[in-house]
Amino acid sequence: MNLARYRFVLIRPLQLLPVLLGISIITFVLVRSIPGDPARVLLGARSTPDAIQKIRAQFGLDEPIWVQYLYFLKNLLNGDLGKSLLYKIDALPLIASRIEPTLMLVLGSVLLALLIAVPLAILAARNKGGWTDNLIRLFTTAGLGLPAFWLGLMLILLFSVHWGLFPVSGYGRTWADKMHHLVLPCLTIALALSAVLVRNLRASILLEMQADHVTAARARGLGEGALLRRHILPNSMVPTINLLAVNIGWLISGTVVIESLFSLPGIGQLLVRGIFTRDYMVVQGVAMVLACATVAVNFIADVATTALDPRVKIQ
Amino acid sequence: MSHSPSPTLSLRWRLGWNLRNGRLTLYCGLAIVLGWCLLALCAPWIAPFDPLMQNGELRLAAPSLAHPFGTDNFGRDVLSRVIWGARTDLQMALIGVIFPFLLGTCIGAISGYIGGLLDNACMRLIDIVLAFPFLVLMLAIMAILGPGLGSFYIAMALVGWVSYARLIRSQILVLKESDFALAARSLGFSHRRTLFGHLLPNALFGSVVFCMSDAVLVLLNGAAVSYLGLGVQPPTPEWGSMVAEGQSFITSAWWICTFPGLAVVTLAMGFSLLADGVAERLGDRS
Repeated sequence: MNLARYRFVLIRPLQLLPVLLGISIITFVLVRSIPGDPARVLLGARSTPDAIQKIRAQFGLDEPIWVQYLYFLKNLLNGDLGKSLLYKIDALPLIASRIEPTLMLVLGSVLLALLIAVPLAILAARNKGGWTDNLIRLFTTAGLGLPAFWLGLMLILLFSVHWGLFPVSGYGRTWADKMHHLVLPCLTIALALSAVLVRNLRASILLEMQADHVTAARARGLGEGALLRRHILPNSMVPTINLLAVNIGWLISGTVVIESLFSLPGIGQLLVRGIFTRDYMVVQGVAMVLACATVAVNFIADVATTALDPRVKIQ
Repeated sequence: MSHSPSPTLSLRWRLGWNLRNGRLTLYCGLAIVLGWCLLALCAPWIAPFDPLMQNGELRLAAPSLAHPFGTDNFGRDVLSRVIWGARTDLQMALIGVIFPFLLGTCIGAISGYIGGLLDNACMRLIDIVLAFPFLVLMLAIMAILGPGLGSFYIAMALVGWVSYARLIRSQILVLKESDFALAARSLGFSHRRTLFGHLLPNALFGSVVFCMSDAVLVLLNGAAVSYLGLGVQPPTPEWGSMVAEGQSFITSAWWICTFPGLAVVTLAMGFSLLADGVAERLGDRS
């Protein structure tokens, strides 16, 4: 009986296959929409009609479009995303070498956002309708409307230029140095992210406070603190984890801007540089990797939600 | 004990009532958005200087009475540029919402109404578009189209339609089973007339409300894209690109990037207050 609950862990990845296939199709369409003949672009100044014909045959460009897609898919399964024109190396290892700062940025922001959001949500829910609640609500409205790049600059202005606490930009060499460099970028994203989380968490805490099992626990004489810690928070965190997963795409979008702002050598910076240098293979590779990451995170969140809440049933 | 409450108490009570009903939020949001619209419309008369006029003698001048927001590295008046920038940014938010709305509404309505294989295909397509991080797919499309406002609108439409399509489709799925849909069909109306004349007007409600909160997203995305250098190109005044220009001078001239950013914040807050207010007011009614 209990095993049946986890059966979806095996079935769900199979359901993801069409989405992954779709991602590859969209990426392929994007690559093929690049203006200009790929063979001519590849040859550059040396292009003669003869050479172009040869390149076209060599890369299968004279085949029908769906055959070309199959070639593309085959290369993809071999881990070949094409070559970066700028760095003269394969796109996949290039992207892999840039994952660390982005991953640290995302993890750091989520952690920081939870540290900000949970106390604020508890405060708001406890003083529902009071001025604390309204103040926190104002914070969330402001947080949602703040452009990340500007918030980051204001933090730089305050913490780096004015107080000289944190570096303005870049990424360190040692771990301690890296952490030091990551504080401001993480804080920038976390402030906006916590605004999203607080609203949701406040609502689910309020809902949970009225639940029967909470009333029962209160009737047993459990203190408010223990009630919150043991009965209300764990249950209200489930929708928050879901919300984080839903917002992962938004979070990744945020890192693209923030990495450019703080000159962090992550995937997002690679993407923006790639666009400016017309390094299409890198752009498509990054888009594909980030899309797959989004799908993976959502899958993990699904599994986590089921593990945390036995009531959730996934068809 | 039935005496009339003191004036202050009554005021507080009334304010509380208005807050609860989202009236204050609605009016605040409306005031901010209309204020910016007014500034944008009257920019030629309100702005004290030409936003493009360079002044070599007044480079990086700090805020003063003549230049309340200071001047930038070309000696251009930041206040005038912020006011003129409202034109670009409001236009960006407006057109950036309308295109995805139209595209999404059409696809969602037709997909929901016809159903079957087409509907299935549309749903899968939406899943796939949603798998991409929003800004990443937008940037990937803009990489191909090249920088500029036009490619921003196209990318926005190609990525943003999914939310509207989902909203409309779910509404149409319910509405097409209703009695008035059957009545329209039995009167011999064509499918097109039934869908666009009778079902769609009833389904639009949710997505029109969503439009307003979507405007915040579009505005922030447009400003971010311009900040990255892919949207509005200098020297056209636009808030995002102004922040980017000011970033190099952050240690010496904080005002260049601060004020355009504040403009984005106020307009974005105006839109989200408006959206919240409308949602609450209409939520009360239904």
